[in-house]
Amino acid sequence: MTIANCTVGMELPPIKIQPISRKLLALFAGASGNYQPVHIDSDAAKAKGNDDVFTHGMLSMGFLERVLTDWVPQERVRSYKGRFVARVPVHAEPVCTGKIIAIEGGLATVELTLTLADGKVALRGEAVVDIS
Amino acid sequence: MYMDREKALAYKIEPIPFEVERWQLRFFAETIGQTNPVYFDLEAARRAGHRDLPVPLTFLSNSVELSRPNPMSWLHDAGGDFYRCTHAEQHFKYHAMAYAGDSLMLQRKIVDVYVKKGGALEFVVKQTDVKRGDELIAEVLFVGGIRHPEALK
Repeated sequence: MTIANCTVGMELPPIKIQPISRKLLALFAGASGNYQPVHIDSDAAKAKGNDDVFTHGMLSMGFLERVLTDWVPQERVRSYKGRFVARVPVHAEPVCTGKIIAIEGGLATVELTLTLADGKVALRGEAVVDIS
Repeated sequence: MYMDREKALAYKIEPIPFEVERWQLRFFAETIGQTNPVYFDLEAARRAGHRDLPVPLTFLSNSVELSRPNPMSWLHDAGGDFYRCTHAEQHFKYHAMAYAGDSLMLQRKIVDVYVKKGGALEFVVKQTDVKRGDELIAEVLFVGGIRHPEALK
């Protein structure tokens, strides 16, 4: 898909994420510096009333950013925002999707979504990309 | 206890210097599942027009700020209940690419505090301006949601 023939309504290739392992949460803690126990320590997560550890919001935003960088060189991304609407539990297999919802003045607005296997939306994102 | 908005907006948060290093960029890119070689291989990055490995889109947020001890002390010191705070939103506005080898300074301030759902949820917005010398690289907003179950009674 080239930038030149983008249209409103066009869907970007989805990305299926492999089941999120405890190991991945531990690695992301190291890579991002976020060692909050609810993400990497089952005992701590349960003590706070959770079933188990859950995914860092920023790891979900990291998965979702790949929809953009698989499509365009990163320097074309002008903005990227995300709203965390539901927990992504350990072992989840989310799918990342993107759809162009507006094009104006050489800028495309992309609606990005990270959805869990049961259909629940966990992360709603939006990006503005220079497609000129 | 809710935050005092005026006090929170006036509260000065210490800026954070940060040196961007290749190993951490590669580690971060790998964990989010990046496969594009520009994030890992210097030659590939340079062929794509980058001067070094590029900083991924979501790296310039908590990755940097959380590398300090007591990373959420800014919230506590500004009067917020850290224990009940969850990450509600994150916004990035990009002005320039950042690269391995950059010396960055993160200037932080609370820019808003507001309440929703009849007081059950309090939101705090922290803005981080990422600077490289005088150049503004990115503006990042962290929105935290603090639960106040006492408001539901």
